[in-house]
This record gives sequence, structure tokens and C-alpha cells, in this order.
Amino acid sequence: MKFIISTVMTLSGFLLAEIVSVIVPTKSPGVDDRAYRVILAGLFILYLGMAAYAAFKPERREKFNKRAPFRLAMGLALMVWDLLGTKFLILPMPFFPGPSQITWVFVDERGLLFGHILFSLRLYFFGFTSGVILGVGTGVLIGWFARANYWIMPILKMTGVIPAVAWMPFALTVFPSSLIAGCFLVSMCGWFPIGFQTARGIANTPKVYFEVAETIGGKEWYQLFHIALPNALPSIFTGVATANGLAFTTLVMTEMMGARGGLGYYINWAKAWSSYYKVYAAIIIMAVLFSLIMKLIAFIQGRALIWQRGLVNERVSN
Amino acid sequence: MSESRIEVTGVYRTYTDVNGGEVTALQEVSLSINKGEFISIIGPSGCGKTTLLRLMAGLDTPELGTLSLDGAEIHSPSPERGYVFQQSSLFPWLTVERNIAAGLKARGVFRQNKDEIQKYIDMVGLCGFERSYPHQISGGMAQRAAIARSLINHPAVLLLDEPMGALDSFTRADLQDKLLELWKTDGTTMILVTHDVDEAIYLSDRLVIMTPRPGKISEIITIKLGRPRNRGSQDFLSLRKQVLETLNLASAVPEQEYSL
Ligand SMILES: Nc1ncnc2c1ncn2[C@@H]1O[C@H](COP(=O)(O)OP(=O)(O)OP(=O)(O)O)[C@@H](O)[C@H]1O
Ligand SMILES: [Mg+2]
Repeated sequence: MKFIISTVMTLSGFLLAEIVSVIVPTKSPGVDDRAYRVILAGLFILYLGMAAYAAFKPERREKFNKRAPFRLAMGLALMVWDLLGTKFLILPMPFFPGPSQITWVFVDERGLLFGHILFSLRLYFFGFTSGVILGVGTGVLIGWFARANYWIMPILKMTGVIPAVAWMPFALTVFPSSLIAGCFLVSMCGWFPIGFQTARGIANTPKVYFEVAETIGGKEWYQLFHIALPNALPSIFTGVATANGLAFTTLVMTEMMGARGGLGYYINWAKAWSSYYKVYAAIIIMAVLFSLIMKLIAFIQGRALIWQRGLVNERVSN
Repeated sequence: MSESRIEVTGVYRTYTDVNGGEVTALQEVSLSINKGEFISIIGPSGCGKTTLLRLMAGLDTPELGTLSLDGAEIHSPSPERGYVFQQSSLFPWLTVERNIAAGLKARGVFRQNKDEIQKYIDMVGLCGFERSYPHQISGGMAQRAAIARSLINHPAVLLLDEPMGALDSFTRADLQDKLLELWKTDGTTMILVTHDVDEAIYLSDRLVIMTPRPGKISEIITIKLGRPRNRGSQDFLSLRKQVLETLNLASAVPEQEYSL
């Protein structure tokens, strides 16, 4: 019974929004509602599917029920926004466009947006991967070799606190292309937190594990790669999480200030033309994109740290 | 049987405590252990049992005196001297199976000896728990896995630091029998540190009694009971009484601490 109410609640918000979009006459001419309506219909079908998926398992139903009020609110919010922004033009233009204008951008500029998304992803991927490699490498050096620690640690400590974007003028002049400069800046975000956390994780390895390794015949490489590094892995992921947040910021700032493409560049360009609806569209894409990247990292982390499950306090999840 | 395997001669080990004072953990300790012998080291807490065992493993070096295995001086750890630590020591990031295989991996002989892994898992009775992580198994199972990890390297000597310290008497008896079984089949020289007089008498050929402050060997008792031993037999009980008296005399610590 509760589940049926939840289903109705979940779906009715989007249904109402859809009805309003179709029935209420609009005051803004030339706005194409189609994309918005398709998205609403898509959400409707998506949640219908999820209801069907949840129907036969109590714990899934429980989860679905719990989220119903939020989803209703989401549908209603879209409806109100549509009314204020598009239908009655109550919100000040062009700063606050309605959902129809914004969603139409996804269709209208799909080719352009796709190119910018690829640009951002490429920058993020190369920058962040090299940041992780650089960070772990540095961490291993300073965590394992006393001499490296002596020479590199002070440098890491000093340069690590500098926000990566402060290097931008330097990066833009030194590197041959703005892409490489961007990669450098994003990877700088990973270097400090990941390097630091790797070194910390290695240093915190309980001595008994090294002694075990010695008594079963493990030489130095075994101690480093099979004892110290696995022990540092949770710590490394802490560093990766910190670095990731910084990397998003740096990525967008780099694109806004130096690069020749990317979502940040697109936002800047749209703003110059006062096309604020495009700015919002790009922001929505960023939200989705960055959430997906976070999910991917969380997934990799869950896989790599599967041995910790049930060993550490699990955080509240929903 | 009379061939000497481990030779400890005139060993001193002193620690500095937090106040800068000196603690003599071992004073003038000499001990000769035969090939294939089962030795128990018993004594009150802090008498230097772990210190002595760590020296034999090569995890620590003495200030004075020498230790040798088959005539070669012991100066660093080696897989031929297996060590089972007093505290839990399985690698938390590896499954039981991989923890046991770590002995092979560390020596770089994993590929050639892969099939040995299952044999040792079965031997210590961990069949069905291969894929479990250390925190998912009981303390007794973890100690058995740690023993298997050492044994898979076929050590000449197995050094065990209270492997049954935290176990209930039932699991303990089970593990004791497992140890005896391994001792018989592999012919490994066993050196066991324990607090438990019954355990020591049940398992060992000879019993080394140590006393604290300064830590030294006060007496070595040869146990001539035939095997398998019966914990309730008259001989067993009288030997137990004798050992307890020696311990009390030597350390003047209340008797209860040593009874089960
Ligand atoms: N790393 C160390 N630093 C300082 N003192 C130590 C150290 N290790 C051991 N000691 C001291 O040496 C003495 C012997 O310690 P040891 O660990 O060998 O005792 P034990 O017989 O194994 O005791 P238990 O039965 O409680 O394990 C103790 O007094 C202890 O305080
Ligand atoms: Mg001890």
C-alpha cells in the first residue's frame, strides 16, 4: 500500500510538470519545449521502471519509498520553474531562463557541447592520471627512502600549499600547448595530497608486518610493494578524494582562463554573448559529469579496498 | 636426535625504558636445542621470552653472546626460521589463501609451489575459508593461518610466541593437537613460548623455565612421558605439580596464574 502511494507520489510530480508544459499557454515566443518535454517523459519512464524493479523486493521498496517525497518535490519544482521562467516570464531575463530554454541547448548545440565535453574529459583524464602517478611515485620516494625524503619533502611542503591555478601564467608560457598546460595544472592538484597521503600511509605501516615479511623471506622490494603500499592504499584514496575536488576546480578555471575548449571555455563564451541559458546547460552537464567521475572513483576504491569492508566504520549511506 | 640445531651461548639483551633506565631482558642465557625437538619456554610475563625468541629469529641482536643455527651465526631473519607472532600478524589486505601463499611469493617461488597452498590450508583446517579476509575469521583460525604461512616455507625451526594465548581451552586443545601432528609429519624443530604449564607439559620434550628481573633460565625440565600424552594421568599431574613448584619457587608469584 505504502509502495503504491510512493509510486504515485514519485510519478505525479513529473506528470504534473508535463501537463503544465503542454497545456499552459506560454508568454515566451520562440522557445522550443520539445527537449524539456522529452526529458520529463524520460524521467517519468525511468521512475516507472525503477518502481517495477523495486516492486518485488522489500528492501528495494523501502529505498524507493524513502525517496518518493524528494522526487515529488523535484517534479513540482520543475513545474513551478517552468511556470515562472517560461510560461509567465516572471523571472528576470536573461539571467533566469526556464527549463525549456536550458534543455533545448542540449539538442540545439549537441555537436558543440559534445566537443567541449570530450575536451574537458581528455584534460581531466590525462591531468588526473598523471597526477595520481606522480603523487604515488613521490609518496613512495619520500615514504620509503630517507634521502629522497630529506630532499623532496620540504619542496612538497612548500609548493603543495600553492593553489594549482597560481601556476597558470607560468604553465601557459612554458608548455607548448594549452592542453599540456592544463594537464600540468590538473596533475599538480594530485601531486601534493596524494604524495603526502601515500608517504603517510607507508610511514604508518605497523612494524610487525615488515617483521613478518622478513621471516618469510621478503626482500626490500617485497616489503615496499607487498607490505607498505597495500597498507598505504586507504590513505592513498583519501588523497585521491581530496585531489579530485581540487582537480575539478582547477579544470574549470583552466578552461575559463587559458584553454581553447572545454565546458569552462563554453561557459565563458556563452556568458560573453549573454546566453545565460547556455551557461546553465553547461553547469548541468558538469554536475552530471563530475558526479559520474566521483562514482567511478568510488567504485574503483570499493574494489581496491574490499578487504576493509566490515573492518572500518562504514559511513552512513543512503 | 642428539644433533644440535640451535645454540644460544651467553646471551645478554638490555633495553632502555622510557625514563632512560636499563631493563635487563636477558642475562647470561645459554641453551642448546636438538634437531626435531619440541621445546617450551615458560615463565611469568616480562621474563624475556619474546626477547629470546626474537633473537633466535634474527629480528633482534644481542649485546653479548652468540646464537647459531646448524653452526651458522644468526644475524638476520630468514625463512628457515619461521616465526608466529604473539599478536595477530596476518596481512589484513590479503585473503587467508593469499596470506598463506605470501610465504611463497616473498621468496619468489610461488609458481613452482602453487599446489602446496591447498595442502597447508587443509592441514591447518581452514578449508572453506580460503577467500575470507583476516577480520572475518576467528582469532584461533588467524593463528592457524599464520602458522601455515610460516610452515609453507618448510622452516628448519618454527618459533611460536604464545600462539594460543587468546584462545579458549577447547580451541586451544584442538590447535595443540594440530601442532603435534605437524611436528610429527614435517620433523620441524618447535620452540614454543607459553604461559600455560599444562600446554607445555602436553607438548614438549623439554621445558625451559625462565625468571624475570633479570630474565634468565632458572631450570630445564626433561619430560619423559610417552606420547600421546594424557592430561589426566598420574604422571602428568605429578609433573605439573613439580613444574608449578619450581615456577613458584623461582618467581614467587601466586600459583593461580599458571593453572588453567
Ligand atoms: N622494545 C622494548 N623496549 C624496552 N623494553 C622492552 C622492549 N621489549 C621488551 N622490553 C622489556 O624487556 C622485558 C622482557 O620483555 P619480553 O617481551 O621478552 O617479555 P615476555 O616474557 O615475552 O612477556 P609476556 O609473557 O608478557 O609476553 C620486559 O621487562 C619488557 O619491559
Ligand atoms: Mg611475549
